[in-house]
Amino acid sequence: MNNDRYSRQVRYPAIGDAGQEALGQSTALIVGCGALGSVIANTLARAGVGTLRIVDRDFLETSNLQRQMLYDEADVESNLPKAIVAAEKLRRINSSIVVEPHVVDVDAANIEALSKGVDVILDATDNFEIRFLINDVAVKHSIPWIYGGCLGADGQTMTILPNTSACLRCLMLEGPPLPGTMPTCDSAGILASIINVIGSIQANEAMKILSGNKQSISKSLTIVELWQNQFRQMDVSKLRDQVDCPTCKGRQFDWLDGRQGSHSAVLCGRNAVQLSPPERQPLDLEKLASSLESVGQVTRNRFLMKLAVDDFELTLFPDGRAIINGTEDVAVARKLYAQYVGN
Amino acid sequence: MLAIWLKRSSKSATIGTMKMEVNVNGDRVEVPENATIEQLLGQLDLNTRAIAVEVNEQLQPRDTHGTFVLNQDDRLEIVTLVGGG
Repeated sequence: MNNDRYSRQVRYPAIGDAGQEALGQSTALIVGCGALGSVIANTLARAGVGTLRIVDRDFLETSNLQRQMLYDEADVESNLPKAIVAAEKLRRINSSIVVEPHVVDVDAANIEALSKGVDVILDATDNFEIRFLINDVAVKHSIPWIYGGCLGADGQTMTILPNTSACLRCLMLEGPPLPGTMPTCDSAGILASIINVIGSIQANEAMKILSGNKQSISKSLTIVELWQNQFRQMDVSKLRDQVDCPTCKGRQFDWLDGRQGSHSAVLCGRNAVQLSPPERQPLDLEKLASSLESVGQVTRNRFLMKLAVDDFELTLFPDGRAIINGTEDVAVARKLYAQYVGN
Repeated sequence: MLAIWLKRSSKSATIGTMKMEVNVNGDRVEVPENATIEQLLGQLDLNTRAIAVEVNEQLQPRDTHGTFVLNQDDRLEIVTLVGGG
């Protein structure tokens, strides 16, 4: 290890040489590499966390640049998936760590493989459905995880030590809010500043876990409202004992076992819908590109293919997944998918 | 956010019931006497699946909201959990 590189961090008493060594031998899974994921990955890469496994299903758009700190205009033009761009940038930031990008939609079928061998899971996702899936896998395999969520100028974070502290289901016993009942980044907007605050707290909590400082982990739900400058803590240290949680006490993993969950999602702040057909077939993008050239404008790289037609843009991935831009109506997106890709 | 709550709370005042006031995130809110947390959340039109509620600095688990009876001048902190990122 290059001693000078981490000298200021090592000088911080709670880290020290032993903490730095522990960070270097750790693996963190970052689920999502948008706004929160950018901050978290950037911070943990610079801190010298040995392996960063970053997972993201999306590609870059101009409207991401306002808050997704790892990316720039050239990255948007590259049409590359976020995970790929992020990995390249993180390796330039710190060539001594391992960065593993995964361009997939995290779901019940792949999350156990993705979280295998990791020491912490960082939530940088944009919806509660997937957070309950993360909560299931984390509780099942006793992996600490750190919830973070932001909207407007508001954000919250909570660190979950499975089977020790309250889990997400302890707090939200009824599961995620029903689709369409919550404001989104589209309707309420989102400021970069709150992302940086919450992402930094999450990264710092991860560093406590990975450097052998679990005793310093927050026992509160932290709530930040930046526009009114309100910082609040709700003590959740007794919550696990107070509730009969189906997940962490009943060991019932509804999202991981596929009893709960959906196969389409409106993407936060994107005017787009992702379709992830449960029995999807791999797509031959080359073949598809040549057959769709007469329909609209087709562009393609190693990781994805885009079709611009009417006011919509369909982005197709080799695993059969699609992101349909230009609508937030799942039915419209499904129709377009059926029309151009097939069922 | 709170301005919206207050506007909504005033319209749902029920005539003929005894009233009391509680403190929600620093603002006074009128509720029926013996109102539960659940009734207050309904009055404020909040999404109860994504909420955390403290009464007098004690977190009240979601499954107690229907039975937890509020008292005059109780101090509540209510936060809607957000999902973006």
